[in-house]
Amino acid sequence: MAYSDKVIDHYENPRNVGSMDKGEDNVGTGIVGAPACGDVMKLQIKVDDGVITDAKFKTYGCGSAIASSSLVTEWVKGMKVEDAMEIKNSQIAQELSLPPVKIHCSVLAEDAIKAAISDYQKKTSGDA
Amino acid sequence: MTVKTPIYLDYAATCPVDQRVVDTMVPFFTETYGNAASRTHAFGWAAEEAVEQAREQIAKTIGADAKEITFTSGATESNNLAIKGIAEYLHEKGKHIITVVTEHKAVLDACKYLERQGYDITYLAVGTDGLITAQQVADAITENTVLVSVMTANNETGVVQPIAEIGKVCHERKVLFHTDAVQAFGKIPLDVQEMNIDLMSISAHKIYGPKGVGALYVRRRKPRVRLTPQIHGGGHERGNRSGTLNVPSIVGFGEAARIAREGMAEESVRIATLRNRLRDRLRGEIQHVLLNGSETEVLPGTLNISFAYIEGESLLMALKDIALSSGSACTSASLEPSYVLRAMGLDDEMAHSSLRMTIGRFTTEAEIDYVVELISKHVSRLRDMSPLWEMVQEGIDLNSIQWTAH
Repeated sequence: MAYSDKVIDHYENPRNVGSMDKGEDNVGTGIVGAPACGDVMKLQIKVDDGVITDAKFKTYGCGSAIASSSLVTEWVKGMKVEDAMEIKNSQIAQELSLPPVKIHCSVLAEDAIKAAISDYQKKTSGDA
Repeated sequence: MTVKTPIYLDYAATCPVDQRVVDTMVPFFTETYGNAASRTHAFGWAAEEAVEQAREQIAKTIGADAKEITFTSGATESNNLAIKGIAEYLHEKGKHIITVVTEHKAVLDACKYLERQGYDITYLAVGTDGLITAQQVADAITENTVLVSVMTANNETGVVQPIAEIGKVCHERKVLFHTDAVQAFGKIPLDVQEMNIDLMSISAHKIYGPKGVGALYVRRRKPRVRLTPQIHGGGHERGNRSGTLNVPSIVGFGEAARIAREGMAEESVRIATLRNRLRDRLRGEIQHVLLNGSETEVLPGTLNISFAYIEGESLLMALKDIALSSGSACTSASLEPSYVLRAMGLDDEMAHSSLRMTIGRFTTEAEIDYVVELISKHVSRLRDMSPLWEMVQEGIDLNSIQWTAH
């Protein structure tokens, strides 16, 4: 399978690999996918005053899955939470020139950011 | 010592043509270009003689008579001819065929086609080592069974089935025995008499011959095996397979078989030594490595191995300078991981993380060492990036998690 240059770049030089303390109140964690399907993404965001100030990911999956999650962490940094909710898988797929068979990787990345935001919102609403 | 990349470790997929083979083929394109079926002139006679010499070399490699070799376009055609040809010829005798779940698609899909035609097919299950037993075959035979088709060695795992024992059972029960020997032919000793094989599919390009030519061994004595041709025409190949013979490729096939047969004893030891080095170093240097398939009943050159907590395709991307294949779903158009590994009880996750490396005539020790170092480095890099690896390090049981299937 031929990969786009952007997929290769993110795969070889992934941005924001790592983990944050999921116990922190301002950290939202989303884990999506399943080992049996060949993709698991863990995406974490740190939020200060409604703005995502940091993002980290770890991904088990193919190069396109790694690239999709790496790209999303790059995008969401500095974004308002509500803007990050608007990220669509089609934007990810387009940016990385994913072939049809890899579209599910971008869907998973969208799900991951939404899951991380939802986790963060649950924590903050729980505090209120 | 530096190695030249890319490194080819996919000999089970295909091989480079041996230069000696190429040299024997060349005159048959431009000088001895006759049609082997032309009986009226010297061009035809010369072509026919070359074909018969090749047939002899191939037959000798499996202990057969030259008259028992039918040339085809490759092993897919040979498998189709054997299975459909026998089923059709013997349809009045019975409509039951026994095969194995881990067979090549050329066998499985031919069987599925027959199922749609009203045949009854038994698919034997394999153990976790990829093997079946002759007893399983014996237990599955009924009075309607006309054919047993069990591959000699598996293309993904290299696992070698107990062909001689299965052949004995089939012979005793008077059921024809076909084996897809594509991966094993020319690599390990095969003898159609000792092993009671009635039909055998083989191919040239897996033994350093050209692509597009193969053969089906069809037993002529004890018993005389007849089949219904699947390609009709001029009645070539004793009526088994019509079509003008591909003379240059057949000549190359014959030479490839001769080289394989004469060098087998020495070459199989050399290749097994390299494979063992690869296997042992990977197992020694990387944690959570699983060897897929029997460690003892296996071809000399095949290694199928899984690295837990990383996905196969991402590893393949890192290994782009090495030609190998993966059981990962992502490398195929379907999103299913290897059916062969799943049939051996491997969970999807480990099937996704599997690599198949096949070593051949031109592999060097320096290449093996280079590959080990590259794999070690990237397995470690990808595990650092893997959420599954992180969970395992934290002591979380991955099976306790409710994953969201997608």
